[in-house]
Amino acid sequence: MPSLKEVRNRINSVKSTQQITKAMKMVSAAKLRKAQDAIIKMRPYAQLLNKIIQNLSASNTDGEVRSVYTEEREPNRVLIIAITSDRGLCGAFNSNIIKTSVNLAQEKYAPQFAAGNVSFLTIGNKGYDSIRKRGLKIIGTYATLFHNLNFQSVKEAGEYILNAFANKELDRVEIIFNEFKNVATQIIRVQQFLPIVQDTTQTQTVSSTNNDYILEPSQAEIIQELIPKSLKIQLYRAILESNASEHGARMTAMDKATENADSLVKDLTLVYNRTRQAAITKEILEIVGGAEALKGE
Amino acid sequence: MTIKVITPDAPVFEGEVNQVKFPGSKGGFEVLKDHAPLISTLGKGTLELDTLSEGTKRYQIDGGVVEVLHNNISVLVETVISAG
Repeated sequence: MPSLKEVRNRINSVKSTQQITKAMKMVSAAKLRKAQDAIIKMRPYAQLLNKIIQNLSASNTDGEVRSVYTEEREPNRVLIIAITSDRGLCGAFNSNIIKTSVNLAQEKYAPQFAAGNVSFLTIGNKGYDSIRKRGLKIIGTYATLFHNLNFQSVKEAGEYILNAFANKELDRVEIIFNEFKNVATQIIRVQQFLPIVQDTTQTQTVSSTNNDYILEPSQAEIIQELIPKSLKIQLYRAILESNASEHGARMTAMDKATENADSLVKDLTLVYNRTRQAAITKEILEIVGGAEALKGE
Repeated sequence: MTIKVITPDAPVFEGEVNQVKFPGSKGGFEVLKDHAPLISTLGKGTLELDTLSEGTKRYQIDGGVVEVLHNNISVLVETVISAG
């Protein structure tokens, strides 16, 4: 049986760890609220942009939008964008993303992977670290994006990818990220980013609200300009979702850790009390034994 | 007529205006009440709003897109460089 002092020390250390996890949970809760706010603030922009694109393509003769970014090519060179977090302690959040992205490379793009034509772009430190450790090809990383998450910094990453695709350095781009469902649940999404997958069902349901727009400079040019914007928003949304999920995942993980610490403290306190009681009983026995011995004389 | 100026990070301005000057990508233009439906891309320049409640507002933008429809103006800008 451990000594009283040992048990007391362990209880204290568990309690101080619990305090840390409790604080981290509260910090995550505050950050989660901020992250969700950012998603809500981004929504009107995305909706309006989609509406304008739909209005434009509704007046288009064949209803299809063409641009360099819709060009379907043989997927020789593939880029996988893995969106992870900068910090750990958030459960399986990062390892799920890494596992999924490595699986995607090895299964769906097996021939390209064997030829060494699958590269990774990591967003977040954690993804960078573990993908580099596996010795996979990383063409870029954006690690400090989450410090000050705004559209400006995501735009840069987006433009880099779009340029690479337009210059035919890449033929296929996939994004892997955690989608925020609720605080406890994240859904892993694998999305084809480029070339754009045309959602024909959606464009048909939009009633052609023929408003006879005056188009400046021309429909084709406007569409050429709007498509990259919409793609960058798509990337931004993925990153915002991932950010919210990260804080949600950390909140849950820290909540579990706090609960676990609670039960540890309970068990240890039991051990502590039992040890103390044993010591007291032993002392009493000694006294009684001593007294008995004296009586006999 | 009402105008909404929004970026992906936050709404910039929402309210009633008398007239708006846009830095169109093919030259500046103005929009007054009852303008015909319009979609135009914007270039780098100053977006000038003549608002009802807050006087004249100016925003430096680096491009975007505007839609005018039934006295509702939506301006989508990626970044507002400075406001004043």
